[in-house]
Amino acid sequence: MTGKKIRVLVAKPGLDGHDRGAKVISRALRDAGFEVIYTGLRRTPEEIVNAAVQEDVDVIGLSILSGAHNVLFPQVMSLLDQKGIHDIHVIVGGIIPEKDIPGLKKIGIAEVFLPGSSTQNIVQWIQENVSTG
Amino acid sequence: MYENPQENSCSVRTPLTTVSGKKINALYTPLDLENFDYSEELGFPGEYPFTRGIHPTMYHGRLWTMRQFSGFGTAEQTNHRYKYLLEHGTTGLSVAFHLPTLMGMDSDHPLAEGEIGKCGVAIDSLADMEILFDGIPLDKISTSMTINPPAAVLWAMYIAVAEKQGIPSEVISGTIQNDMLKEYIAQKTFIFPPEASMKLIVDTFEYGTNTIPRWNTISISGYHIREAGSTAVQELAFTLRDGIEYVDWALNRGLKIDEFAPRLSFFFNAHNDFFEEIAKFRAARRIWAHAMKERFGAKNPRSWLLRFHTQTSGVSLMAQQPYNNVIRVALQALSAVLGGTQSLHTNSLDETYALPSEKAVTIALRTQQIIAHESGVANTIDPLGGSYFVEKLTREMEDEAMDYIHKIDDMGGMVKAIELGFPQKEITDSAYWYQKAVEKKEKIIVGVNAFEKDHEPISLLEIDESVAKQQLARLEDVRKTRNSSQVLQNLSDLKKAAEDEVNLMPFILKCVKSYATLGEIIETLKDVYGEYEEPVDF
Repeated sequence: MTGKKIRVLVAKPGLDGHDRGAKVISRALRDAGFEVIYTGLRRTPEEIVNAAVQEDVDVIGLSILSGAHNVLFPQVMSLLDQKGIHDIHVIVGGIIPEKDIPGLKKIGIAEVFLPGSSTQNIVQWIQENVSTG
Repeated sequence: MYENPQENSCSVRTPLTTVSGKKINALYTPLDLENFDYSEELGFPGEYPFTRGIHPTMYHGRLWTMRQFSGFGTAEQTNHRYKYLLEHGTTGLSVAFHLPTLMGMDSDHPLAEGEIGKCGVAIDSLADMEILFDGIPLDKISTSMTINPPAAVLWAMYIAVAEKQGIPSEVISGTIQNDMLKEYIAQKTFIFPPEASMKLIVDTFEYGTNTIPRWNTISISGYHIREAGSTAVQELAFTLRDGIEYVDWALNRGLKIDEFAPRLSFFFNAHNDFFEEIAKFRAARRIWAHAMKERFGAKNPRSWLLRFHTQTSGVSLMAQQPYNNVIRVALQALSAVLGGTQSLHTNSLDETYALPSEKAVTIALRTQQIIAHESGVANTIDPLGGSYFVEKLTREMEDEAMDYIHKIDDMGGMVKAIELGFPQKEITDSAYWYQKAVEKKEKIIVGVNAFEKDHEPISLLEIDESVAKQQLARLEDVRKTRNSSQVLQNLSDLKKAAEDEVNLMPFILKCVKSYATLGEIIETLKDVYGEYEEPVDF
């Protein structure tokens, strides 16, 4: 593939400081040839969406392990919607009970990666689903 | 006299490494223990350098404390869980606070939305703490509190509750985690910059020594360092170097080593690699004893003792085939017991998904009871002492940890090393290495990259949003019914004390007793100390 690199924002909403997953995935995506921007910890939905717009990303990867996903993910999605942004793929990972997945898909989250997912699966998902035009 | 047969043998699975990537051999013999000196390297249990354990009788005298970390929802719900655990034979309490409390925020802080009661119990003020310990005799039970940046405030609340129960502060016992260095390094729950954090921690050492002699004013923790992805050696080295840093700062305040050192306690992870963990615990005691006696010149033998709590490894639990987690926990717990732990938390099988259900936490507690009462391993002290393998591994863990400790000494200490990003980088590298090893199947995780099968769902504990409603109502009620001018006066006295750099504990205690909230106290201190901004890197 030539041309523009796929740009990914890895973001950590919520109050938990568990950044092992976010950092491992950031590195794996970078090693796979993507441009990766990592927000650091405890970002509000507003900060995440603003960063995504500023950095002109193709993908937002949200990582959360605190249990607040059902409150914070919808906020991210509705902020994107308010700004009329529909071409950024939002994928999420962390401690997310399976029964919450249908609800998250319904609000427009493209994929949910559960504990034990391999970084290669995430890389592959992005390569298959994202085109930089 | 001996020949090492492994030189000629072919290895079945090459290379042999631990879960940390540490190379090990298929066989150990006396040749691996050159110049082995029993009295110098091991000593008897309860004797310097305490490799075999800190008590002469170990579990023969008293079993370890079975202390299950627990907290969720409102103070009422958690109080109910504590009473359940005590009825079922738990012997110490351990409080898990929800994230806003861990971050020094009240439940009505904008960032608390969605987090209330989720990862632990919501505590905003003394009113919540009174409910949390209602009907639990604080003179008979010891309590550990996992709390870091706002540790002094939660400790003050506990002291105030005990006072209301009519229990003098000399009698209460327990632990506050209060270990900020590992927060900057690994767990990332921070508020103030490192220097201010160190100041507050030394305040608690000083206050505890003088007024609450049975309290462990810090639990110097490797647990979170390991969970963030470190190797066993890195966990050992960074934790003990953190301990050295706290001692340095306390000595700089003018505290006397033999007065505060006996109240320093430690907290380690029990991960999957059975013998590596046992060697880690044994090496930890030896390194600490040497550091306290030789580096710091402590004279009181109690200062030389590394007393530690252990928790089985959270990251080792798998969402796939979750019942397998019971077996992982049992093996990890066994390594902690064979390593001589003073207290133990066993994780529940469902904790990759949520806080544990009552059913799951009961199995976790029963695991400890089976080890203690059925397996027979608690009868004999340090039963692996003298094993060629375990002694060699203990030596190697010590040597490799000491290399790190010297390196950090050369950087000017742990606060400096953190500012340079050194331990953070080492851990991130190890975490990435391990992830790749799993994906290449160099490391096997049963049910994840081998022996997979279809998923079987399990029932989970759920915290619904009604918890938030109840908590916000109580907080509002506290703010309405307290004497507000008294609160304002106490907060302003606290601010002045922080500016004057005096010990803040008496001022915090006064704030807490007037029902100033946690958030109000922390915001007051932020005005003086500012906030820490982490450099973002991966």
